[in-house]
Amino acid sequence: MKLQDLLLIRHELLLTLTALILIVAEIFIDDKSKKKIVPLALFLMIVVTAAGILFPVNGTAFGGMYQTDALRSAMKTILDIATVIIILQSYGWVSKKVNQNKTSEFYILMISTLVGMNFMISSGDFLMLYLGLELATIPIAAMAAFDRHKSNSAEAGIKLILSSALSSAVLLYGLSLIYGTTGSIYFEEVRAAFRIEPLPILGLVFFVTGMGFKISLVPFHLWTADVYEGSPIAVTSFLSVVSKGAAVFIFTFVLYTVFAPVSAFWSQVLVVLSVTTMTVGNLFALRQENMKRFLAFSSIAQAGFILLGILGQGEQGFGSVIFFLLVYVFTNLAAFSVVAAISDKTGKENMADYNGLYKTNPNLSLIMMLALFSLAGIPPVAGFFGKLFLFSAAASNGYYWLLFVAVMNATISLYYYLRPVRAMFIEKNDNPIPTFKSDIYMRIGIAVSVAGIFLTGFISAIYEYYLSISNLF
Amino acid sequence: MNILNLVVIIPLLTVMGIVMAKNMKAVRWVSATGMFLQLLTAVFLMFSYLAIRKSGVTDEMVMMSDHLWFKTLNIHYTIGVDGISVAMILLTGIVVFAGIFASWEVEYLQKEFFISLILLATGVFGFFISIDLFTMFLYYEIAVIPMYLLIGIWGSGPKEYSAMKLTLMLMGGSALLIVAMFGIYYTTVLPDGSHSFNLLQLAQGAMSSPAQRFFFPFAFLGFGVLGALFPFHTWSPDGHASAPTAVSMLHAGVLMKLGGYGIFRVAMYLMPQAAHEQAWIFIILTSTSVIYGAFGAIWQKDLKYINAYSSVSHCGLVIFGLLMMNQTAMDGAILQMISHGLMTALFFALIGMIYSRTHTRMIHEMGGLMKVVPFLGVVYMIAGFASLGLPGLSGFVAEMTIFIGAFQHGDLFYRIATIMAISAIVVTAVYILRVVGILLLGPIKNEHYLHLKDATWYERISTLTLLIAVAGIGFFPNWLYQVVYDSLDPIVLKLSTVL
Repeated sequence: MKLQDLLLIRHELLLTLTALILIVAEIFIDDKSKKKIVPLALFLMIVVTAAGILFPVNGTAFGGMYQTDALRSAMKTILDIATVIIILQSYGWVSKKVNQNKTSEFYILMISTLVGMNFMISSGDFLMLYLGLELATIPIAAMAAFDRHKSNSAEAGIKLILSSALSSAVLLYGLSLIYGTTGSIYFEEVRAAFRIEPLPILGLVFFVTGMGFKISLVPFHLWTADVYEGSPIAVTSFLSVVSKGAAVFIFTFVLYTVFAPVSAFWSQVLVVLSVTTMTVGNLFALRQENMKRFLAFSSIAQAGFILLGILGQGEQGFGSVIFFLLVYVFTNLAAFSVVAAISDKTGKENMADYNGLYKTNPNLSLIMMLALFSLAGIPPVAGFFGKLFLFSAAASNGYYWLLFVAVMNATISLYYYLRPVRAMFIEKNDNPIPTFKSDIYMRIGIAVSVAGIFLTGFISAIYEYYLSISNLF
Repeated sequence: MNILNLVVIIPLLTVMGIVMAKNMKAVRWVSATGMFLQLLTAVFLMFSYLAIRKSGVTDEMVMMSDHLWFKTLNIHYTIGVDGISVAMILLTGIVVFAGIFASWEVEYLQKEFFISLILLATGVFGFFISIDLFTMFLYYEIAVIPMYLLIGIWGSGPKEYSAMKLTLMLMGGSALLIVAMFGIYYTTVLPDGSHSFNLLQLAQGAMSSPAQRFFFPFAFLGFGVLGALFPFHTWSPDGHASAPTAVSMLHAGVLMKLGGYGIFRVAMYLMPQAAHEQAWIFIILTSTSVIYGAFGAIWQKDLKYINAYSSVSHCGLVIFGLLMMNQTAMDGAILQMISHGLMTALFFALIGMIYSRTHTRMIHEMGGLMKVVPFLGVVYMIAGFASLGLPGLSGFVAEMTIFIGAFQHGDLFYRIATIMAISAIVVTAVYILRVVGILLLGPIKNEHYLHLKDATWYERISTLTLLIAVAGIGFFPNWLYQVVYDSLDPIVLKLSTVL
């Protein structure tokens, strides 16, 4: 191992260092005021994010196991930003009394997960991919079970770890088949040695299945709703944007590089997965009453739209997917922040509780509406652009019927995205959620998300930048 | 700066002004001032357009400006106008201005009401100045979505149901447009081999016949939903009946015209061959619209439903005229858009005003209103006459032109369709005269009505603005004709070259 290798993985090293600093810092904070760890974690994460943006690196380390370039750095930055917003959003929750003795652990676990994801994103071979994936998964299960006094949080934890274990096993089996038939685990070599024969194709199918669990594509989505509902909101947000974003990235990346020669095979699979994911996600979302469950199904449906972008192939496909992930981070986190803010103050998480919210908390209602519009893809907010670019990518490849199914699904989704809007603005409520003011962290977090929702779409440079760095194929 | 930008900037500034307004009075006056300025801009725009044309400029679009937005996809923010868009902007300006005064009495969440209303108008204005398909689509959706809140919050009757139905159907229509938009974008090959969203460039490019056949229905139906084309019109009666007055005015008066406008500007202009091939299907549908809407109106008892069905019928005529694909009929269709826009807005304004006095919209519960509210009664009658096509008012000019154009087609199919459409005029006369008879004439049925007050000053402003415009077109049709006439040339030319 050379020193340069360490320099190349400095983003991961910085994150690890952050986690270690938090462990040490915890010793010096007395038990009564554990929430003081939050500003520290926030500060360190901002430093890491800034370092990632300001000093990007390109290169290969550890004999090709680890690779980094502008595209991967961009994805890491998106995840960093998401994590920063989630730290801001989680303050109100971790500073509750029940979480007093485990505040710092939460952030340590979260950052460990992020380290795993970063390694996964930067993987140059399947081994690193798998290692990163596992490192990313196991701490999340602990995070999901964080509200251990609540039985459904414990349930979420165990469900997550079991389904992750299963999906990892499937994935690993697929990888071993690929290794067995191609004789290599390195992306470049697998690509060259991949033959269109039953066994390697079976490996590919298992790979898609394994990743399908992580991205919660239908029919591999069954864990999603329960886990999202049971987990604390900060963890749900983390699962829905960071975890999913990283998995989508590496999934797309591997399909575009390693399996590019057999794109005819996997595109057919993805078409089917996309249609089922959008449709089933949408239909289940229609009748959800719990806001977290509602957003869970919405995020399943969104994954279906992402597949549309992946089908675009080439730089337009990848660029659109990454752009959408960025938009999705801001949008979903804005929605989750509002849910978290209300849940922190009142413990209410059902849609019926939101009735008449505009009367008492107009700002939160407006932000929620914006976020929902962005999820539904209504201009002028960023979700509109994100979704249209995904559609454009699919259309560029001639998938017009798929596009038709997608836009019809987008119309169906509008129904359920308008339901909370109706609750907040139209429904009357004799006993609405009282007017409250969130803590400063939450408000900053929401402000960042809202700014993101407004700006990412209009500033064309962001999309153009992603397109330009996606040009690796 | 291009003066066209003002058309979008003024409403946005007005919205900001409303946000900052301190009390109800301020909100009203800020909105009224903003929309008055907007109306002035629209009038000014019209005169400058005429001046430009007079100076011999023969470009398809004038006052153009162009900003590159997304480079790789070649998305531009391109604006420009021709006579038709100028006329539509003026129409929108008039209707919104009248709409503000018609909603003078809105008190519940007043600020939010005016903000949503003007945002909606911004979308409409933006749509009419867009030349780039992408921005056109963006503005289209901006125009549709505030409708949900406007109907849902300030509406009446089964408002939540209507709001959801209207939003979903219109967004479903716009979903079809997404397919059409990307289809046109990727299948049209420009002379230099690139792709573009720019309408003018697309018109120069070549789109293959199979692609045209595939995407034409998407584009036509996408806009057709908004134009209340049978069988996709069902959002219109429910939506219009539940919407608050100004929203019905704006929606029936202007938003439905986006459908017709899009049909000739996008669907027919860019896919002329498919337009000819598939016209017969849509002629059948739109003739049905015309007849069905008229008969539907006869059976209704609620004033707003009557007018909503009447809108389906009249907007059907717009699409009918466009589908005849000759200069005369298409001119008539444009005139019909404007005439119907003003007329129906006037109707909905009057219905709102009557409702606020009688607290019912059921025609059988009312009677003899002419005696107690003569101003509203007279205006209602004139609007009714305009609607059934009495010479001297706008409806006559438009409908006559459409039918003359339609009769230029010699073959049997067109003849039958035309005769069917014309017969709807008779039905129109039936339902209009019936309503006028029951509502305005005869004895007063309810003692409470004896004490009704006639129109207030703001109601007079609202109705007179529209009335003057309706009569203006009726007496001086040539003036409007001049504005729109040349602008249809490129489209008619394109349609006739593929024959």
